[in-house]
Amino acid sequence: MKNTIAERIADFLKNYPPFNLLKKQELRAISEEVEVLYLEKGKFIFNKETKPHSYFYIVNKGAVKLSQVDNEEQNIIDICDEGDIFGLRPLMTQENYLLNAETNEESIIYGIPLEIFKPLSESNKNVKNYLITSFASNIKDASIIEGRGNISSYIQKETNNDLFNIQNARFTKKPITCEASTTVKEIAISMRDQHIGAMVVAKNKKPIGIITSKDLRDKVATGDYKISSKAEDIMSSPVITSTEEITIPEAHIAMLKHATSHICITKDGTPKSKLMGILSLHDLIVSLGNNPSVLIKEINRAKKSKHLRTIREKVHLLLKTYLEQELPFPHILNIISEINTVIISRSIELCLKKMDTPPPVKFTWLSLGSQGRKEQLLTSDQDNALIFEDVPQTKFQETQEYFINLSIKVVKYLNTIGYEYCPADMMASNPKWCNSLSNWKQQFNDWILNPDGAGTLLSSIFFDYEYIYGEKELTEKLGRSLFKTINENKYFLSKLAKDVIDKPSPVGFFRQFIVETNGEHQEVFNIKIRALMPLIDAARILILFHNVKNSNNTLNRYKKLAELEPQNEDLYNSCARAFRTLLKFKTEQGIINNDSGKLINLESLSKTEKLKLKRAFKPIKEIQELLIIRFNLKQML
Amino acid sequence: MKFPFFNFSKKEYPEFWKNYCAHFNSKKQRTIDNTRFVVFDTETTGFDFKEDRILCIGCTTVKQNKIIIKDGLEIYLNQDVFKADTVKIHGILKTEKVTKLEEKEALIVFLDYIKDSVLVAHHAGFDIGIVNQALKRHKLGRLKNDVLDTGILFKRSKHIVNIIDPNKKYSLDEIAQELKITPKDRHTAAGDAFITALVFLKILPRLNKDGKMKYKDLFINPMNY
Repeated sequence: MKNTIAERIADFLKNYPPFNLLKKQELRAISEEVEVLYLEKGKFIFNKETKPHSYFYIVNKGAVKLSQVDNEEQNIIDICDEGDIFGLRPLMTQENYLLNAETNEESIIYGIPLEIFKPLSESNKNVKNYLITSFASNIKDASIIEGRGNISSYIQKETNNDLFNIQNARFTKKPITCEASTTVKEIAISMRDQHIGAMVVAKNKKPIGIITSKDLRDKVATGDYKISSKAEDIMSSPVITSTEEITIPEAHIAMLKHATSHICITKDGTPKSKLMGILSLHDLIVSLGNNPSVLIKEINRAKKSKHLRTIREKVHLLLKTYLEQELPFPHILNIISEINTVIISRSIELCLKKMDTPPPVKFTWLSLGSQGRKEQLLTSDQDNALIFEDVPQTKFQETQEYFINLSIKVVKYLNTIGYEYCPADMMASNPKWCNSLSNWKQQFNDWILNPDGAGTLLSSIFFDYEYIYGEKELTEKLGRSLFKTINENKYFLSKLAKDVIDKPSPVGFFRQFIVETNGEHQEVFNIKIRALMPLIDAARILILFHNVKNSNNTLNRYKKLAELEPQNEDLYNSCARAFRTLLKFKTEQGIINNDSGKLINLESLSKTEKLKLKRAFKPIKEIQELLIIRFNLKQML
Repeated sequence: MKFPFFNFSKKEYPEFWKNYCAHFNSKKQRTIDNTRFVVFDTETTGFDFKEDRILCIGCTTVKQNKIIIKDGLEIYLNQDVFKADTVKIHGILKTEKVTKLEEKEALIVFLDYIKDSVLVAHHAGFDIGIVNQALKRHKLGRLKNDVLDTGILFKRSKHIVNIIDPNKKYSLDEIAQELKITPKDRHTAAGDAFITALVFLKILPRLNKDGKMKYKDLFINPMNY
């Protein structure tokens, strides 16, 4: 019998995976069994920890928010819109729902009975593969097609749980421990017999310190301590701890940060609870073939630009692997920028050695722009600056000359390694950007007090500075002066905000992409200028507005803003999510095309990709509106 | 003494009609959640109850706030009456290549399908009327089901101050547009039934803002404000 409605449902489903992989009759059979739900905004489709329904769902119209509540804090995992499916995995595994599904706007949702879908998913090889791929990746179970191509997979979640199994680091359970009073000799014998590189010193089953082979070498073999010394004499304390949920990238970061090779796993993640195991650097190396810690070691040992260049290429490979492994994007950002920092600081170290004399006064090297925000993943221009201590007027010229010479070396060196020169010459080798602390303060004051077009552009680059090398105190002094001036001149922020508002919207009135119409890049979409910059700029302005120091990274800035303004938490979170999606998209495009990725050829994108990209644009408009209200820009428009 | 009138009332109805009527003997308490709503639409040769004929009936079911696609019905009818000028609206040709039922068979299938469900239609008066005329042609009684009109429900869902003309008749297109439902397959009975079902789903929560609405409240006449 003719079934017009089922045909219409099939017409919709056939556009979206996995339904696009079904045969016509299969699709028809499913369509006939669909249930159509209409829900107003804020209604729940299912709740966390409830039994799975016999249906899974696809959004026909509207949007559905998948979220988790952690410590009474709502954590949005994803927003599904037209064509996204959700709630399938718990059905397949017969587990309770792990998330809440709530309509984000009024929505029409199709319920698809598992009973009908399951046999098809098993008999149809394409569907089966699709589901395996999507379940195996770390991401939500909607619209992931193998290989590149689907921007929805760029959305990552930040917290860990089994559903989004970002691989947890594997650690040694029930580690061998000793008492504070155990002698060094006994410890060494035990370590030898057990073939272990470290021993945790425990008291009441809680870790109080750790002794590694290195301690035995550096403290005992040198004769500083006797082999009859006690564990507590030579142990490193306190220990770095974590819960067992720590992921590989998190462990990496913790080790890099604390310059340690072991993390104690305890029940609640603090040294005050029961020891559960120990995670060593070696464990991590085993888990990951290509390893940032190893790279950092190589960097610090490198003597020639050639070595550093090779390492940078390895970092590029590492980045590619991370993206393929679908590691959480913030972690990737962290690791790659940490490595970049080490490379630059090593380069400066090597260049200093080439100077005839040591620096006459203290100085500090800053990275600016995307490098300063720690958001530089692919090769991009080097933007940097140098601050040196104030010297008497008579010595100024000589001092500046020294540092310019140093900077010329460093900049050239970095270029050899693979960091392109800044076309706008915003580099420490430019006398303007290699200056004394007082002059720098003056420079910033000028920008703030007299914001003209160029001033705001420059200040937006310079406000995102990050300390790389040298005397940190200089950076902080500059920062303090900067905040003081901004506080006294809030008008400056309005001016910056106005620039953000003036940036053209990424989509036009009819929701089409705005493409570049002049220059050599016609008909391409500039994702950096049109989508990323407004988000970056807005975050910077708002964080300056709140007087928050030492927050140079866009993601951290939005996180901080969400804390500071709970009433706007949703918006800031969606900005952060959009930023992550867009930056990841840009990075992947860059890897594919071997460039910075900022120009996107729209023809190369699938329809779904465009749709998802557009979704990431939504918060841009909202944050611009927030700026208009906050800085009273209506009258300036 | 016997009056012929009484004889007439005792007239033997066919089995299927009796079965249909039997559904209404149940004294079960009705709630919105346990009620099956059959949302339907008819395509006809025109708008004259007496003269015009049903060409197609499309039905879908709403239960517990969901449209159950599986529980749908789409029947095409063989009719002697054919009007060329309405073909452009309903698009059903005289020799349309679909399985067509004779009117009586169609009624049997339809009655067996609707049972005692609440019938929902847009401007229900017309659809109910034309079905009743068909029933009459086959010497059967009138439909016994409770009936809801989405045109009236829609008016009720609007705030009284937003009703400019209380006598305005909203077309299905106007309502769909206001409720942001994309009209597709308009003027096929099943397509219109589906749109009407979506309209119905969207209106229900608007009428039931406090969540206390009872079954009988569905049938309040809005003109009694």
